[in-house]
Amino acid sequence: MSTPAATARAGAALPVLLAPRGAGDRLTALFWRRPGLLAALLVAPPLLWLAVVYLGSLAALLLQSFYSIDEFSGLVQRDFTLKTWAELFSPANLDIILRTVTMAAAVTLGAAVLAFPIAYFAARHARGRWKALFYLGVMLPLWSSYLVKVYAWKLILAREGIVTWAAEGVGASAVLNAVLALPVIGGNSLSTSYLGTWLVFLYVWLPYMILPMQAALERVPASMLEAAADLGASRWQAFRSVILPLALPGVIAGSIFTFSLTLGDYIIPQIVGTSARFIGQAVYQLQGTAGNVPLAAAFAVVPIVIMLVYLRIARRMGAFDAL
Amino acid sequence: MIARKLTAGTAIALLLTAQTGLAQITEVGAPEGQLNIVAWPGYIERGETMAEFDWVTKFEEASGCRVNVKTANTSDEMVALMNEGGFDVVTASGDASLRLVAGKRVQPVNVDLIPSWPTVDERLKQAPWYVVDGVHYGVPYQWGPNVLMYNTEVFGDQPPTSWNVVFEEMTLPDGKSNRGRVQAYDGPIHVADAAQYLMHHRPELGITSPYELNDDQYKAALDLLRQQRQLVSRYWHDAFIQMDDFKNEGMAASGTWPFQVNLLQADGVPVASVIPVEGATGWADTTMLHAEAENVNCAYLWMEHTLASNLQADLSVWFGANPVVPAACTDGRGMQTAEGCTKNGFDDFDKIRFWTTPVTRCASQGECVPYYRWVSDYIGVIGGR
Repeated sequence: MSTPAATARAGAALPVLLAPRGAGDRLTALFWRRPGLLAALLVAPPLLWLAVVYLGSLAALLLQSFYSIDEFSGLVQRDFTLKTWAELFSPANLDIILRTVTMAAAVTLGAAVLAFPIAYFAARHARGRWKALFYLGVMLPLWSSYLVKVYAWKLILAREGIVTWAAEGVGASAVLNAVLALPVIGGNSLSTSYLGTWLVFLYVWLPYMILPMQAALERVPASMLEAAADLGASRWQAFRSVILPLALPGVIAGSIFTFSLTLGDYIIPQIVGTSARFIGQAVYQLQGTAGNVPLAAAFAVVPIVIMLVYLRIARRMGAFDAL
Repeated sequence: MIARKLTAGTAIALLLTAQTGLAQITEVGAPEGQLNIVAWPGYIERGETMAEFDWVTKFEEASGCRVNVKTANTSDEMVALMNEGGFDVVTASGDASLRLVAGKRVQPVNVDLIPSWPTVDERLKQAPWYVVDGVHYGVPYQWGPNVLMYNTEVFGDQPPTSWNVVFEEMTLPDGKSNRGRVQAYDGPIHVADAAQYLMHHRPELGITSPYELNDDQYKAALDLLRQQRQLVSRYWHDAFIQMDDFKNEGMAASGTWPFQVNLLQADGVPVASVIPVEGATGWADTTMLHAEAENVNCAYLWMEHTLASNLQADLSVWFGANPVVPAACTDGRGMQTAEGCTKNGFDDFDKIRFWTTPVTRCASQGECVPYYRWVSDYIGVIGGR
């Protein structure tokens, strides 16, 4: 490397056409000679972010799960042990895992059934101003505070809340009571039952199902439907054999959101529900209140494993083909 | 060489003494400017909830220590926060204080530096939940019972006298079952409430302390809690959500702190509370000083303030608790009166079984079920197992 003074002397000695080069020019030249370098420089920060912040913290988490906790003082003992993992598979903890996965599956199923007609209408029938209104309608709940919505639902579903009141008003109390009398999902009131937890989950995560579904439905070409009609397919047949398979990746993409979001949530089941723990709550309680970071870490690995399996199945079904 | 000649026991004793000597300060220096407290909800009031309940503003003005409060809903939460660090003092109950001492998260307090120490209740000066081997790990803060709160409209002129309304299925005076209309505390220490109930109703189990249970006694307590799970629609964790449930969910009865009873009554909700025949568990809280507290001088000033100011009297009115300085009941330093103290159970000190951490090596019998099993089993019970 030559100093600027050396460059200036060289310039004085030899007649050149170009003005002396600055640092920027030299850098450009370097990148021109080695194109890979620029790419590496551009990719490095996000890659570092991903490796250190995302994967690094995950690795730290995994490591924590191999520690154990001193049972009296509640201090973490940093010695390698599988004790914590054995504890994770105790019946009470398996209950928590099963409960959470079942709820996530139920929410996903409910969201898919509820979102499909909405997304279908928006994608294939709504036009112009209606479409704008639809987007607003779907997105609007996402703009208000999540906590406010959940607390509002607690009051809506309360025993002396608006749902009970409305049911009494239209003479449907018997129906509501019959629903609440159902085993497992029922309870004393909607706000203290699994049914209520499910309803609130459904409400909060529904937009995440509608939007990818609608995007997938919009990509179904009209020409294919015309072709189906030309070949004599009924509307139902066209729906079953053309629209549904083509929209499936969107449904699965949406289900990844609803499933993983339900899997990790710890606020909704604490405010609305039976007090029985979900994975998120277990992590929160073990980490935040019991100080049992190792078991919390082991618990936190569970949704990751479940989601990896889920994503694998989703890939098989073509959810990422449009990416 | 010398150390080798000493027995291990002496070495440890010396080490402890050395540590104690190092940790305790000998005089209170210049205040650091702030104080970070971990406290129960409603414990540190600065007049923001209700203007007349304020025991922080004057302290801040006089000492120059800005008070920052982090509230915790269970003792486990408190221990976890103290383990994390970054706090100076904590209002630890008996089921947290010994764990904090064992975990070396708190340091001995030199009570000679607290001028009002001699005014502290004689019943508390040497209490085993914060005095270990004669060393004081804090100063008492406040104590009180866990009462049974009930809806006066449901119970009418037959107020409950037993905890059975939250443990056994029964028809309440309003003609409906208690199923789904009672609550229980969601902290594992609630196992002790079940054990206390059994102490009275099944004497053949031979329970002498609800915090010291052998396997059979523990199993009986868990069975009672499983039965209670059938009645409880939601366990209470957050004091304010419990209050909401008494307003909107038609709750009939629940174990609770006098704090919620007072606030609900102030809100016009028809509730009252009682200490049932089986007795009550209770809490006796201690202001403890973090082992690595950064604001030690402010902490000592605060400890003096907790004993000397209007805090003891006004907090006991606000929370429905009892002052640790008996004079606060009568000397008019705050709103508390002698009648008020009697109502809050000041004379029932001996009837209350204070929260204590259950340990394996217990005093009353050979081996007891330790706390960590209470934690995991109670999660299981709430989950319906």
